[in-house]
Amino acid sequence: MPKIMSLDELKSLRDNVKNKVDLREKGENVDEMVVIRVAMATCGIASGARDTMNFFAELVRENELNNVVITQSGCMGYCYAEPTVEVTLPGKEPVVYGHVNKEKAKEILEKHIKSGEMVDGIIPVAHKSLDE
Amino acid sequence: MSKFTMHILVCGGTGCISSQSNEIVEQLKFHINAANMSEEVQVLKTGCFGFCEKGPVVKILPDNTFYVQVTPEDAEELVKEHIVKGRKVERLLYSDPTTEKKVSDSKHMDFYKKQMRVALRNCGFIDPDNIEEYIARDGYSALGQALSMTQQEVIDEVKKSGLRGRGGGGFPTGLKWEFAYKNEADQKYVVCNADEGDPGAFMDRSILEGDPHSVVEAMAICGYAIGATQGLVYIRAEYPLAIKRLEKAIKDAREYGLLGKNILGSDLEFDIEIKFGAGAFVCGEETALIHSMEGMRGEPTTKPPFPAASGYWAKPTNVNNVETFANIPVIFLKGADWFASIGTEKSKGTKVFALAGKINNVGLIEVPMGITLREVIYDIGGGIKDGKKFKSVQTGGPSGGCLTEKDLDTPIDFDNLIAKGSMMGSGGMIVMDEDDCMPAVAKFYLEFTEEESCGKCTPCRVGTKRLLEILEKITQGKGTMEDIDTLRELSHVIKDTALCGLGQTAPNPILSTLDIFYDEYVAHIKDKKCPAGQCNALLQYKITDKCIGCTACARVCPTNAISGAVKQKHLIDQEKCIKCGACMDKCKFAAIIKE
Repeated sequence: MPKIMSLDELKSLRDNVKNKVDLREKGENVDEMVVIRVAMATCGIASGARDTMNFFAELVRENELNNVVITQSGCMGYCYAEPTVEVTLPGKEPVVYGHVNKEKAKEILEKHIKSGEMVDGIIPVAHKSLDE
Repeated sequence: MSKFTMHILVCGGTGCISSQSNEIVEQLKFHINAANMSEEVQVLKTGCFGFCEKGPVVKILPDNTFYVQVTPEDAEELVKEHIVKGRKVERLLYSDPTTEKKVSDSKHMDFYKKQMRVALRNCGFIDPDNIEEYIARDGYSALGQALSMTQQEVIDEVKKSGLRGRGGGGFPTGLKWEFAYKNEADQKYVVCNADEGDPGAFMDRSILEGDPHSVVEAMAICGYAIGATQGLVYIRAEYPLAIKRLEKAIKDAREYGLLGKNILGSDLEFDIEIKFGAGAFVCGEETALIHSMEGMRGEPTTKPPFPAASGYWAKPTNVNNVETFANIPVIFLKGADWFASIGTEKSKGTKVFALAGKINNVGLIEVPMGITLREVIYDIGGGIKDGKKFKSVQTGGPSGGCLTEKDLDTPIDFDNLIAKGSMMGSGGMIVMDEDDCMPAVAKFYLEFTEEESCGKCTPCRVGTKRLLEILEKITQGKGTMEDIDTLRELSHVIKDTALCGLGQTAPNPILSTLDIFYDEYVAHIKDKKCPAGQCNALLQYKITDKCIGCTACARVCPTNAISGAVKQKHLIDQEKCIKCGACMDKCKFAAIIKE
């Protein structure tokens, strides 16, 4: 590690490592955040969920959206529609999208996340599970 | 770029480690690997979350889920259910004692609602062994900021914040820095007092274990302000984890150019060395601490000269406590005005307390000054264990005093506690219920100070011994009313004549309990009774009519004090009875009572 030689260098290091704790800082106030949850079970990953998740991370960074948290879940059960992504706006019910590729991801971000306008590809909630 | 989309924080404080948190970390990592998710899920060990009562604590983010009393065996379920399937593991969530509802997020727990974390801001949030996590939380920015100010400006900022020493004395920190700054010398020293000695106190240890860099950074700021190039941390060797994390922090800070020469490209030179103490209580007193660091006996000397004028190797030395230092970076990051807006008129900021004793939520808490004892004990602490009645709370450790029911609504600050006959001290808070005997509590503290007295001055060396003897006499039912007068008189003499703070404050627990619980002393002396039922010498074990003559008690009695035929009521010979209580534990019919 080269020594930090000025306050500016310290600040740029801080900006570079910020993401180490960013998720935790946002997580403390997760109720006020937009949560993008990518299903990352074997089926999801095989269908490209990891790419989708990384792409979302890139988009969020480019758009400087500070109120968005990207995280993952396991299998949501919609194996036929992988990669699946669940989007939760603050105070709203979660919405699940199927077949989310890069193009779809961009659309979800632009419309749903930025202006709350839902887009095609929503997997309807057909039933509640028995324990709910 | 961190690719992790989920963080599992496991408490790595000494308390939770002794409840297997290291094994929990290993198990979590193992099962996450097995689920093929090690690229997405990060498992890390943090400092103390404070909720020691329910440890080990595991927190999952961004879901903001707080699991309590987790065992290594729970790791598999946590991974398979929460991480893989996204379902919270209900049985490991905290259950609200009044509503019995499960609470998944710490913000909604009574224990955390009234807390405000300033000194503990990073404890339980970052990996203390990772300097970059500290930097990500604006670490070392305060140092950078201070370097752009003049030395006097830095001192003025600390003065303006109103920060007072958190080790017990409550002396204004900025003023202390100014004294050391104004005393010119070729060499000056910054000393961090990490010799936390009060029984039951673990604030400083937790800060060093959970956020060592905040202390390193603050010491460097202080070094710049007073013109010192050398820092020393005096820490007791019985804090191995704190030492290990501090050593790592100092090493990393050197590597990053945040300690050493030309810090952040400036002219500032500052480095830190660790000095180990053997755990003597008196070495928390700054002159004794300095002598101990010099390799001499840990004995205090009279002040003046104060360390600010003549301290370590007779050079100007500034000594501050760990918690005091932990507040410094925040004062620069958020401003002295922000800090001064918290608390009461003369006590600014927050205070960390170690809550212990007969309270439901034992743990480490940080609250704004001015909060009432009632809020601390009932709201945060969750009230008294087993529904018993609150009797007293002891603050200030062996130097402090007791507060009772009538003091519950007093706002806690330095001056109010002194006015009520106790003191802030370093932050130990021991709660006592109706079963605690106050003369015995005073005896406990005197046993401690008598043993810890360094022996240099007569009032403390001999005086504490005599006080303890009288207390022993009283708790054995052999005291006289004259003993109470002697206790009082001797206490005042010791207070007035002892050399250092240890002796001057050692009689406080006696004076305080004599004031408030005089009746209990009288009951021990005149009635030969211990109202709380604690003093063994004054108790008698008796067998009631519930006895069915099973002989179990007679067989377990080590002194053969119990006699009686089979199927007939037994009898205890009080002369032979040593009051060990073995019979009472053995009796299945609750036929043996203690009165």
